[in-house]
Amino acid sequence: MVAEFVHPDDVLAAAKAARDAGYKRIEAYSPFPLHGMSEAMGFRDQRVPWIVFLGGLTGAVCGFALQYYIAVWDYPLNVGGRPLISLPQMVPVTFESTILFAAMGAFIGMLAMNFLPQPYHPIFNTPNFERASQDRFFLAIEAHDPKFDHDDTRKFLEGLSPEAVNYVEG
Amino acid sequence: MALHDPFTEPLIEGDKHYGTIDEQIGGVIQNQKRYHLKHPWYLFLGIGFALLNVLLLTIAWLLYQGIGIWGNNVPTAWAFDIINFVWWIGIGHAGTLISAILLLMRQQWRNSINRFAEAMTIFAVMCAGLFPLLHTGRPWVAYWLFPYPNIMGMWPQFRSPLMWDVFAVSTYFTVSLLFWFMGLIPDFATLRDRAKTNLGKKVWGLLGMGWRGSARHWHRYEQAYLLLAGLSTPLVLSVHTIVSYDFAVSIVPGWNVTVFPPYFVAGAVFAGFAMVLLFAIPVRAQYGWKDLITMKHIDWMAKIMLATGLIVFYGYILEAFYSFYAGSKAELALLQWRINGPYAWAYWSLILCNGIIPQLLWSPKNRRRLPLVWIIALVISYGMWLERFVIIPMSLMRNYLPSSDRHYYPTLWDFSMFFGTIGLFLFLMMLFIRFMPVINMFEMKDLLYKLQGTKASAPPAEPALAPAGGE
Repeated sequence: MVAEFVHPDDVLAAAKAARDAGYKRIEAYSPFPLHGMSEAMGFRDQRVPWIVFLGGLTGAVCGFALQYYIAVWDYPLNVGGRPLISLPQMVPVTFESTILFAAMGAFIGMLAMNFLPQPYHPIFNTPNFERASQDRFFLAIEAHDPKFDHDDTRKFLEGLSPEAVNYVEG
Repeated sequence: MALHDPFTEPLIEGDKHYGTIDEQIGGVIQNQKRYHLKHPWYLFLGIGFALLNVLLLTIAWLLYQGIGIWGNNVPTAWAFDIINFVWWIGIGHAGTLISAILLLMRQQWRNSINRFAEAMTIFAVMCAGLFPLLHTGRPWVAYWLFPYPNIMGMWPQFRSPLMWDVFAVSTYFTVSLLFWFMGLIPDFATLRDRAKTNLGKKVWGLLGMGWRGSARHWHRYEQAYLLLAGLSTPLVLSVHTIVSYDFAVSIVPGWNVTVFPPYFVAGAVFAGFAMVLLFAIPVRAQYGWKDLITMKHIDWMAKIMLATGLIVFYGYILEAFYSFYAGSKAELALLQWRINGPYAWAYWSLILCNGIIPQLLWSPKNRRRLPLVWIIALVISYGMWLERFVIIPMSLMRNYLPSSDRHYYPTLWDFSMFFGTIGLFLFLMMLFIRFMPVINMFEMKDLLYKLQGTKASAPPAEPALAPAGGE
């Protein structure tokens, strides 16, 4: 059941109201990130930052190990009697590979956690949904919510003064 | 004209709502009919295309004949190729600075210029990468630069700043590309939903990757975007620092100074903002974006140019001071050579272009005179190129051993290669301006929401949206 709103503030209030009414499977759609929406929906997810952290760690370890392996094990070069393992000179490459892996982690992690690319999703069948990326705000209560009831949920959403309420087959 | 207080001026002018932002920015791409043949876009694309061909010709001749066609000689083994490399990389830095550092500092005014500046970064790094690649002389084996197990049993030397450069620049390019593309995904989705043509729907739909603006997606998206910004910030500082290590780690007189890293980074930002202004001023006039890229933006960019310009000027003064303070004969001789030698004109034009002329920007009135700001930006771009000329070949011509001194002259091919990359840059920028959303639409909407939300407790003015046929 999808309600369409004109104002960002209204959809935020609606998400809060839906959560207070006991709905669990709520999803909001907006053309730009609405701050406070995750809190209103009671949504928390820290997996992306963790992926980034692990990516950075992998990058640091790999970058350093690569140089260590080359400089000490596989291709030792004696340059004027300097130590084979000279840490300051290994900082730049280690640093760059940390950033590279962490950034890849952020990008790929974001896409993977969001299951993108995903060309089709039932929500796209909502009438007027093309404006969800332009200037309208949508709040969906999904049918597999334990509290979902076709008529009650429709009535509940209509009570939040939306532009329109539609039932979309999933 | 009364002085404007930059703090009270709006970041977005005029009566706007979400729909008009889409129309203004997306319309440029989606209404291709505006490009009648007399549109100035064709003129600039043509110039870019012509110069691009000059570049291709030069590269063809270079590959056939070898890098002997350049003016490089033995003490001066690094000349135009490295000058141009550093110049282009520096120009790219403003893009990352605007998109990452200003994002972390919550500088909302960045929203209307960041996309554009990020594209500039990517294209500038592409131009930059060409030079060291071709300077290797055998670009077809450039992959030897990367550490991979091979039958020669050889590995790159990680003690060399040149290897650090390979890692820094390739990481920089990759991360800039990811950052740019990630910012584009929601805008691609907007374009997909606005597209009227079948082709548009398919192309934007493919690029938008099925983005549907779900709150959970936005949540992860913002996490990833902020983290990318946080990663890019030290990255951008490290890239030019490492570029400066190419020089500072060596013992060549004039290079072996510890001021190089911060001075190079400031110079990069200085040159980069000049390039952003060079493009932004004509583009905002041409596409009627005066209310999105406002005078406030121009004013602030000019101020950043002024500030970084002062840092750079301080760097020049310190360089001279170091020579006297160290008292090394070679350093003193180099200073003499710079201010009084046959290339003294280059040194003094550098001081004029980067040290003196930008001081005009102190006056708020001057910062509002667009043609003047544009010319200053041009002068700065030229000055920053001269700076690298003064640092690179001019230092190499003079060494510890006077018998190995030799003069350096660039050849025609040096210039054709340089102007050729300007053509490549212009060509890519023109394609970008025509076919991609040049201003970040979703961030502008976010900004609009914040601006109108703070002005009054009432909800934002009714988006009286309704371009006919929108329903």
